[in-house]
Amino acid sequence: MSNTKISFVRTNMLPQKSPPSSQVGAVRWLRENLFSSPLNAMLTLLGVLIVYFLIVHLGPWFKNSIWNANSLSQCREILAGESGACWAVIKDRWHQLLFGFYPQEAYWRPVLTFVLMIVAVAPILFAVVPRKVLWFSAVFPFLAFWLLWGGSIWYSVAALLGFVVGFGAFVLLQRISALVAVIGAVLAPIFWWLFLAGPVDTLLTAIVPIRIPAIQSHDFGGFMISIIIGVTGIVLSLPMGILLALGRQSDMPLVKWICVGFIEFIRGVPLITLLFTASLLLNYFLPPGTNFDIVLRVIIMVTLFAAAYMAEVVRGGFAALPRGQYEAADALGLDYWKSQRLILLPQALKISIPGIVNTFIGLFKDTTLVVFIGILDPIGLSNAIRADSNWNGIVWELYGFIALCFFIFCFGMSRYSQYLEGKLKTDHR
Amino acid sequence: MKKTVFIGAMTAAATLVAGAASATVLDEVKARGELNCGVSTGVNGFSAPDSAGEWQGFDVAVCRAVAAAVLGDPKKVKFVTTTGQTRFTALASGEIDLLARNTTWTFSRDTDLKFTFAGVNYYDGQGFMVNKALGVSSAKELDGATVCIQTGTTTELNLADYFKANNMKYEPVPIETNAEAQQQYLAGACDVYTTDASGLAATRATFADPENHAVLPEIISKEPLGPLVAQGDDQWADIVRWTLNALVAAEELGITSANIEELSKGTSNPEIDRMLGSSEDDLGAMIGLDKQWAKRAIAAGGNYGEVFAANIGESTPIGLARGLNALWTQGGLQYSPPFR
Repeated sequence: MSNTKISFVRTNMLPQKSPPSSQVGAVRWLRENLFSSPLNAMLTLLGVLIVYFLIVHLGPWFKNSIWNANSLSQCREILAGESGACWAVIKDRWHQLLFGFYPQEAYWRPVLTFVLMIVAVAPILFAVVPRKVLWFSAVFPFLAFWLLWGGSIWYSVAALLGFVVGFGAFVLLQRISALVAVIGAVLAPIFWWLFLAGPVDTLLTAIVPIRIPAIQSHDFGGFMISIIIGVTGIVLSLPMGILLALGRQSDMPLVKWICVGFIEFIRGVPLITLLFTASLLLNYFLPPGTNFDIVLRVIIMVTLFAAAYMAEVVRGGFAALPRGQYEAADALGLDYWKSQRLILLPQALKISIPGIVNTFIGLFKDTTLVVFIGILDPIGLSNAIRADSNWNGIVWELYGFIALCFFIFCFGMSRYSQYLEGKLKTDHR
Repeated sequence: MKKTVFIGAMTAAATLVAGAASATVLDEVKARGELNCGVSTGVNGFSAPDSAGEWQGFDVAVCRAVAAAVLGDPKKVKFVTTTGQTRFTALASGEIDLLARNTTWTFSRDTDLKFTFAGVNYYDGQGFMVNKALGVSSAKELDGATVCIQTGTTTELNLADYFKANNMKYEPVPIETNAEAQQQYLAGACDVYTTDASGLAATRATFADPENHAVLPEIISKEPLGPLVAQGDDQWADIVRWTLNALVAAEELGITSANIEELSKGTSNPEIDRMLGSSEDDLGAMIGLDKQWAKRAIAAGGNYGEVFAANIGESTPIGLARGLNALWTQGGLQYSPPFR
């Protein structure tokens, strides 16, 4: 066998051939991603079928959209029996869905507030924004209150000055002792708000009357009320939640039990119960004629509710920290607040970002529950709009519009949280 | 120690309550310059905001008439939207002065809940709507039907009573809102939709094919809907009651928003003169108002017939016939005691 003549030996390389057609381009992609196994092939076909049915059924509905009509019956006349969306209702009522019964000539106020809100949160959300803008963020809540509710600007200014007074007291009293400074910083603003803010407001209003027409809360509605309640709740619940989480871990029994009691109580009742309490029970408890704004009551309840959840989310972040981090902080000789601020909180918050944003999104969507206590949020307004004879019977268009608006906000928050997670990623897992 | 503080706080609160409760509703409304009127968050034809945000409707008209009588301006109303759950608390706690929200006058609401109904502005009753394809012409033929019914309402109880009394069976499809009911009914989830007849008419009017649906002739319950106020201030209840009566009497006497100015200069009918304040008698003073109160109330939106026609009458999409709500002289139940 060994000396059998080998009839052919290749001496030169074959030219490269193109890969088989099943291994290139679209076909390969399809085989790998859509038809890699019989089960996947079936699922793919099922998916195509679903998309096909959606297009067949929703396609004409969107294609025949009608934007110009005065009533549902007019829409139907134009459509003449065909399926089609009657978006005319949105064109007719978009301003109500966005602003409720806010006077039309004052729409610039919520719009301006919204724009300023974006400016105010920018330095908190993005590191590239100059730090000095934070001063504007601090003033913004008072400015927003004045813009939205109107009245004399000095009311807001007097309220803001309370914090300045508190800070002033803190700085002055710090020379005596730290404890006195803290007590002074708490008592001075309270004294200011109770006794001096009113007269100062009156005096300044008399000297320099700067005022815009006052608008009552019951004119607020639509997405404006959702955003007011949602954003205020979000902004206030995070610091409250952090404090509660710290309190729950505290060594001081009183602080600990108050925090645990609060968290467990609030988490133990549904939000709707708290809203009914705000709207119904408080009416009985407070003396008649007390003007305790319903929107304010709702904001307080929503904030408390979100804070309890936030506390547990943040506590989860703390629980994930290795014991060594606490010990390292102690070893550096940092006091409690410094070790929390510089070492523990930044890590715990970073871990809890998905949970925190989850709570924010939940809170924002939960604002629609206020419809049950008669506040006209977008859902409530959709009912009110349907009660008009012109638009009675219209459903999908209104809910579709509301869903789209909510989706934009919630998706935005979700994307931001992913961006933040990516940016803060320091481990190399 | 804790207890004492708590009791002290309660006493302080009670004193405040007692102190504030002494002012009459009329004085409060006048001092405020605005009538707080509770309406529904939206019932077709009865209360709904238009595209300019102005509230319109049959119940809203009552609020406007009272505001016109008391404050002289039908626009001086703050409409407080109430839901089925919050309406009675809002009224009992004084958040609203008057509730005009499709509320059925019942024994327990009048007595146990401590409200005073000022009258009936709409006599309603529960009815049934079916698809004509079902071939049903009477509610007695509905044995075994699936019925769309709003939960937690008197209609639910009435339905159970009616079917039990007639020895029939039904399968309830519970729903929350009227809008949901429309969708369920049109999708065929239920054979029958039952609610107040006025609601059925309004719902049917919104269908793409109203001619294919019929409201059955049986009305199985009494639903007298009217404005109500909190018990304990008879003067305020009188004002609301007689404002409503003035609208009804105006229709009977032929006073309309068109001729009211002319009639108020003096007529040959002494009752018209008394109502419109052009005679010697000062009826307004007896309820703490001025002489022109009824004139303003009628001028606000017209007499009862005009209000009815403009909001829910046959020329509107809802297209309700007067039926029980015609004047007593025309075979209906709307009847005002004399203005004397």
